[in-house]
Amino acid sequence: MSTPRIVNGIARYEHGSRVPGWDEAADLTKDPAGVPDPAVVEVPADLRLEIESYMARYPDSRSAAIPALKAAQQRYGWCSPEAIEQAACVMRLTPGYLAAVAGFYDQLETRPVGRRPVYVCTNISCSLRGADALLAALQDELGDAPDVNLRGFECLGACDIAPMVSVEGVYVGPVDADEIPELARQIRAGDEPLPAKQLINRPSQDPDASAA
Amino acid sequence: MTQKILFKNIDEPGLATLDVYRARGGYGERLRMALSMSRDALVEELKASGLRGRGGAGFSMGTKASFLPKGQLDKYLVCNADESEPGTFKDRELMQKCPHMLIEGMIIAAYAAGANRSFIYLRGEYEQQADILERAVHEAKVAGFIGDRILGTDLSLSMWVHRGAGAYICGEETALLDSLEGKRGNPRLKPPFPANQGLYQGPTLINNVETLATLPHIIEMGAEHYAKIGVQNSTGTKLVSVSGHVQRPGNYEIELGMSSRDIIYGLAGGPGEGRSVKLWFPGGSSSPVLTGDDLDLSYDFDTLAKAGTMLGSGAIIVADDQSSVVDIALKTAQFYRHESCGKCTPCREGTNWTVKMLERIKSGDATPMDLDLMASVCENIIGNCLCVLGDAMAMPIGSMVKKFRGEFEEYIEAARAAAERELLAGLAPTQPVAA
Repeated sequence: MSTPRIVNGIARYEHGSRVPGWDEAADLTKDPAGVPDPAVVEVPADLRLEIESYMARYPDSRSAAIPALKAAQQRYGWCSPEAIEQAACVMRLTPGYLAAVAGFYDQLETRPVGRRPVYVCTNISCSLRGADALLAALQDELGDAPDVNLRGFECLGACDIAPMVSVEGVYVGPVDADEIPELARQIRAGDEPLPAKQLINRPSQDPDASAA
Repeated sequence: MTQKILFKNIDEPGLATLDVYRARGGYGERLRMALSMSRDALVEELKASGLRGRGGAGFSMGTKASFLPKGQLDKYLVCNADESEPGTFKDRELMQKCPHMLIEGMIIAAYAAGANRSFIYLRGEYEQQADILERAVHEAKVAGFIGDRILGTDLSLSMWVHRGAGAYICGEETALLDSLEGKRGNPRLKPPFPANQGLYQGPTLINNVETLATLPHIIEMGAEHYAKIGVQNSTGTKLVSVSGHVQRPGNYEIELGMSSRDIIYGLAGGPGEGRSVKLWFPGGSSSPVLTGDDLDLSYDFDTLAKAGTMLGSGAIIVADDQSSVVDIALKTAQFYRHESCGKCTPCREGTNWTVKMLERIKSGDATPMDLDLMASVCENIIGNCLCVLGDAMAMPIGSMVKKFRGEFEEYIEAARAAAERELLAGLAPTQPVAA
């Protein structure tokens, strides 16, 4: 990367932009990729079958874009170029189209990450109850676990158990400070997270809900 | 004690299964009754119930269903289960514990709208709920409640659970439709409204989970009876999600028109010992905030609208007197910045500027003029975008600045003074400040 030149008091790189490397993501001399050729792209049979079953649910098969990308991500750990190309091949779309869809949604990963998603809600209700400290503590505990994708996340819809964590889709909370090491150990080992604090078993708080 | 409609026996073991649900009257006489009415009569019944949408906008459900054109063409029913409004978690509990109530409601809504295909758009994070819902849909299909000629009538309906992948904007109905069509979830220009051109350009009815789950009960008790619950223009019961600084956060089914104090203190236990309510969002993070002085407002659509805020999704977030309004404003603004889809400039840039200004306030780099600047940015978002995501940030932030201006100004001064002291302390050893 060249050093910027000062033009009219503004640092500009060789290509004229103030941003270094803006043109590096794409090879501008090449045509954009078309719909992948099924004769060339190999798609594992089970992945193809799964994506095709999603496509059959909708009047327009393109509706299966999100489920297809999720399936591909499940297999490859993230929406890698390979994952996207295979999904695009089955769906008869361009990889560029699916990459654009993948870039929009928080749960679709566009960079290599740990395979197991762990989300800590850091939105208003949870942060009022100490979510930022919970996220920091978990980051300390799990920072070196390569297969864990630990992220702060926007409202996960479980403010009743704030502060809470979603461990691969299993909601647990409220997580007390003294439970964090245990939770971190369970996440690392792939054990059931805090079995006594799982949302799925939580009874309704409405005192009259169980009345006949 | 509020009459329980949605939450009656909600914790009964096995309620998520078809057998227990049917034993409690599900898919029984009331469904037969609904499907034996003429479509027009059913729509009139829904209108007469006064049921207003429970997702946030509060539009009359029956009126919306009546907007769909008549005639033989593919029409769609979409259940908005994207529940992402911060503070809202009522649909989650309903779907998890009684998924068949939603499915039965969808059958009735599909009949009213003349829809033959239906989808439940569920937020991707609700994985356990999605599994439960998929199981329930499968059970209903096997039992013949979903499929061709339901209960021997001419109603045929398909149903699929569609899992999203994490985007708040997909709770906005037109963004949801784009997302369901396999695109990025960008809102569309309205009109045309979904009732005319929705999913795949076809007529589409979109309703929230709680709205749809209420329909079987309206049929069972009769619209006239249902309309007697609650207050004028806000009929029926509502699930409210209470969270934040309360002792018993959770979902409560209330009769609309209950006093807000009774919900926050009576049901949810209020803030902890010795604390008081500083501010509360009455309808999710998008609603302008109220203060401790507003606790005696009746909790219904019209009263809250008159108070300059909204009932929204029924999500009450309480912050006590020890919380900082600047922190809450920053969290709120950060959320909308993250979730803005980027299509409209006022929202994309305005949410970002607001976060930057609030960060400046926190770091001590702001002047009191920044508050006016922030208010002006917010003003320029409202009404200038395709959807109301930007407005949903501008309105609560605007209300916080208006109601807590003194605290913001004090914070700015204190942070500035602290930053200055730090700067001077850093300079002191080498460059003594001239006396």
